[in-house]
Amino acid sequence: MAKISSIADLKKFQEDYKAKQATKKEKIVVNVSLATCSIASGGKTVLAAMQDEAAKLGISNVEFVKSGCMTYCHSEPTVVVTLPGKESVCFGNLDETGARELVQKYLKNGEVAGTVIPVNYVRVEL
Amino acid sequence: MEVAKKQLRIATRNCGFIDPENIEDYLGVRGYEALANAITASTPLAIVDEIKKSGLRGRGGGGFPTGNKWEFAAKNVAEQKYVVCNADEGDPGAFMDRAVLEGDPHSVVEAMAVCGYAIGASIGVVYIRAEYPLAIKRLKKAIDDARAYGVLGNNIMGTGFNFDIELKYGAGAFVCGEETALIRSMEGSRGEPYTKPPFPANAGYWKMPTIVNNVETFANIPAILVKGSGWFSSIGTERSKGTKVFALAGKITNTGLIEVPMGITLKEVIFDIGGGCPGGKQFKAVQTGGPSGGALTFKDADVQIDYDNLLAKNSMMGSGGMIVMDEDTCMVDIAKFFLDFTMDETCGKCTPCRIGSKRLWETLDKITSGQGTEADFEKMKSLAVNIKDTALCGLGQTMPNPVLSTMNTFADEYLSHVRDKKCPAGVCSNLLEIVILPEKCVGCTLCARVCPVNCISGKVKEAHVIDQAACIKCGACIDKCKFDAIVKK
Repeated sequence: MAKISSIADLKKFQEDYKAKQATKKEKIVVNVSLATCSIASGGKTVLAAMQDEAAKLGISNVEFVKSGCMTYCHSEPTVVVTLPGKESVCFGNLDETGARELVQKYLKNGEVAGTVIPVNYVRVEL
Repeated sequence: MEVAKKQLRIATRNCGFIDPENIEDYLGVRGYEALANAITASTPLAIVDEIKKSGLRGRGGGGFPTGNKWEFAAKNVAEQKYVVCNADEGDPGAFMDRAVLEGDPHSVVEAMAVCGYAIGASIGVVYIRAEYPLAIKRLKKAIDDARAYGVLGNNIMGTGFNFDIELKYGAGAFVCGEETALIRSMEGSRGEPYTKPPFPANAGYWKMPTIVNNVETFANIPAILVKGSGWFSSIGTERSKGTKVFALAGKITNTGLIEVPMGITLKEVIFDIGGGCPGGKQFKAVQTGGPSGGALTFKDADVQIDYDNLLAKNSMMGSGGMIVMDEDTCMVDIAKFFLDFTMDETCGKCTPCRIGSKRLWETLDKITSGQGTEADFEKMKSLAVNIKDTALCGLGQTMPNPVLSTMNTFADEYLSHVRDKKCPAGVCSNLLEIVILPEKCVGCTLCARVCPVNCISGKVKEAHVIDQAACIKCGACIDKCKFDAIVKK
């Protein structure tokens, strides 16, 4: 951990972070919504099931991110999966079975399974 | 499937994208850059000016221009000033602030520090309700991490600027979201509001200049400073800039959190984003501003949502709760529901709010139970206007809004309740009759068997009859009938 003691430090950190993110491009990133409401509707079960299934299938180049609210209360629990070189896809209404199926089909073979939630927003990136 | 991208996410830009418990994720998306730029290369005055130019208005509901508020506090000379984040989110069905605190706590921490620099405060306090344990946990971690990384605490980035944040927990009283009551509660007194002036920006927490801003207001600040006030003020309407986060709840297909540019029409929110009412039901109204707001109907479908247009429609922006109602909702009953809430939550300090709410509720109860008269309408209106004019704080002043708004927009529904003794939506049980349609009834006896008070009689294979005097209107027979022969009238 580096203390940020000047604006130069911050810029340096941002560069390093960017470089680190670039190396992640080869990885599958699974972003799991874990706000209060997502957890209440089973987000932690989904995360555990996906981690377990990925391990079982020997999918090792996957990184799980625990993030906050994805705003889709109508379809919780939700996860966003980014396969290397592909657009992110948001899957909703998952449960233990659905989560395992998602790993077997989408993470393993890129075959879309379950409920896909269309992105209906533009995110402002700084 | 390609859908129209009607939402624009500024305040919730990081929610669901970054790990809220990892400060590096936040730093990686240009987090703390606004603060760094402010304290190393700008002046407090320039920051206040930039926020003023952005046109940002308070997202907690009142809509006061944030930059002007900061300016008042900045101009005051005092030995100590405070930055307070109001995270006492209490509107029924609203959870925007919780989502931001759980999904992107650092944006609030950063913005509070920026505010501290702009007004000359070294202490920040987040007043957060104790019912938000996960938000509290993540916020605490964010504050600890920020300290460890040197972007919070003493001598931030070697500039000599000190700013630290502590948490204070609210016990869940609705009135404590009102800034003066919030300050009282923070000081350890009863959460009761006091008369303004003095405004908190002049004399607030411990009688020192205090800025109280809502979570969502703060979450906008880093984006405004990084991308510029010109960018922010190009979004929205003439007098309401930027976006607003709403919590869509109730009878709506796509319940959830949405962030839309100011000026979007109600129609776009309810139908394009919300997907309309589920089950093919007709959209009837939407309550904005929670228990302090009013109902908008299909007639208002083209209203552009911003602070001023909602006020002109006898509603208000509020903190962002949007409760959608369909054809099965009785508007008198809804007004009673919201009043029931405010009646519970009134602190009792001033008479108009304490007793007025009770009397208003009693009149509504009279109407929904079939005892109302047309004379009650005038009495209610006069009482409601009096409460608005004389109550001490925002809670009381806005509490009659749901009543006035529904009386205004759904006058015919109120009339049906008192003149015809009918509830058109079929909700108010005292005004309902459950009847069996003889032409449809085949005499299967199912209804008679399910009736808990045995008030249905009839011979097998002959039409049955309900004894209205004994019926408790539970509707069990309606659910059981396989021939749609039982209806509410």
